[in-house]
Amino acid sequence: MKAYFDHGATTPIDPEVLKAMTPFLKQRFGNAASLHKLGREASEAVENSREAIAKFIGAKPEEIVFTSGGTESNNFAIKGIAFAKKKGHLIVSKIEHDCVLNSARWLEKQGFEVTYLSVDDEGFVSPEELRKAIQDDTFLVSVMHANNEIGTIQPLKEISKVCREKGVLLHSDACQSLTKVSVNIDDLGVDLMTINSHKIYGPKGVGALYIRKGVKIDPYFSGGGHENGKRSGTLNVPGIIGFGKSVQINHKVGHVKKLRNIFMKGVEKRISDVKLNGPRGDKRLANNANYSFKYIEGEGLLFRLDSHGIAVSTASACASNTLEPSHVLTSIGLPHEIAHGAIRFTFGKDNTLQEVEYVLDKLEKEVKELRKMSPYKRGWK
Amino acid sequence: MNYGKKVLEHFTKPHNMGELKNPDGVGKVGNPRCGDEMWIYIKITKKRGEEVIKDIKFKTFGCVSAIATSSVLTDLVKGKTMEQALLVDNKDVAKALGGLPPIKMHCSVLAEEGLKAAIKDYKKRLKKV
Repeated sequence: MKAYFDHGATTPIDPEVLKAMTPFLKQRFGNAASLHKLGREASEAVENSREAIAKFIGAKPEEIVFTSGGTESNNFAIKGIAFAKKKGHLIVSKIEHDCVLNSARWLEKQGFEVTYLSVDDEGFVSPEELRKAIQDDTFLVSVMHANNEIGTIQPLKEISKVCREKGVLLHSDACQSLTKVSVNIDDLGVDLMTINSHKIYGPKGVGALYIRKGVKIDPYFSGGGHENGKRSGTLNVPGIIGFGKSVQINHKVGHVKKLRNIFMKGVEKRISDVKLNGPRGDKRLANNANYSFKYIEGEGLLFRLDSHGIAVSTASACASNTLEPSHVLTSIGLPHEIAHGAIRFTFGKDNTLQEVEYVLDKLEKEVKELRKMSPYKRGWK
Repeated sequence: MNYGKKVLEHFTKPHNMGELKNPDGVGKVGNPRCGDEMWIYIKITKKRGEEVIKDIKFKTFGCVSAIATSSVLTDLVKGKTMEQALLVDNKDVAKALGGLPPIKMHCSVLAEEGLKAAIKDYKKRLKKV
């Protein structure tokens, strides 16, 4: 049996999405910038996609700029706004994705000032702490909508109120939350928002940045002036068509949440000494469960599950290229030895109850096996 | 992380895993904060005047390669004389596994250190008797 529980990393392309894309990989291969019929057809299809995506997040089509994905959108948002401002202060949370954190660190080297805002033990940013961190020269706040590791959904409404009051732009990375919870830009109060396709059953290599009308941003890519001069480069037509379709398919969030809840109940009933990382309830992404299995290490458990055809991910230091534990788990105050034992399970629309039961069986067995091997047992912190 | 077949074999079915009752020496190396800790237990016997590692077991908290290096170390030194065992270094451990990803070489160092710590403990205990 095979069971994929890593939808937070990427998702398979939905058959409907693939069907919509295929003509644009074959006979309808035109460049959306070409003036001939083939080009105009491509351009028209791209604009239909733009409209569908804009509608899905409550934006106007002209506020959507297509990019190569989440990393580019986040780089574009943060560096583009900073370049337009020339100097000043920006604030990012400590649990942002690396592409946000490293963009901020890079801007620091260019002379900008950055505050890395702490989060509480469930990963929440405090709007009040944010208010205190805002300076006279603060021009941008970037707080992700939902965290990719522990599923914490940030109080963006409250955060945006603070930003509005202070006249500061708000950017949010919504790659994980798109289609799981409402990401209406006016409800959330964001000025810029990063979204991408491959986490929602669309193809890899395509994303978008929502830029509220009137926001001044410098282009990140120089070139032929595509996307109203905001993002040069030939449009990834099949990718954009797929992205547009992927917001229109049924994401079965209720089903996903049900399976996730059954899984969580099962883990907590059947396995001792586990710790849920991140919050419980509605402030957690419906598809995410992240547990530390004490006394064992995550990479080992990942490979054991892999040997049964089960795909999950770990934030253990041992599985990273730097041997550093996850900055998200250390930011919520986990001791290193507990952070090492963390495994993320992210559920998807095509998972079944049978798969959940299968992973619970194998998980219980392998945790037991690895604990037999471990010199630690209860009492060790 | 690209692990070789041998590494995964040892990880999935480790050899000599567990504790020894009344060991003659125990070596505890590593640190859970860094993600791995290894405990090596040894039992020593004398054969024709030479000290021989009669039995060896391990307990390890750690990743795939920490468990695989522990397992292959026990294979490499079980039944060897103390002198032969002390010549086994981290490169031998990594070689016996068909190589390790460069970032995981420290696991083979941990295995070498674990064995040496167990032998040191054995010698310390001898002096006390």
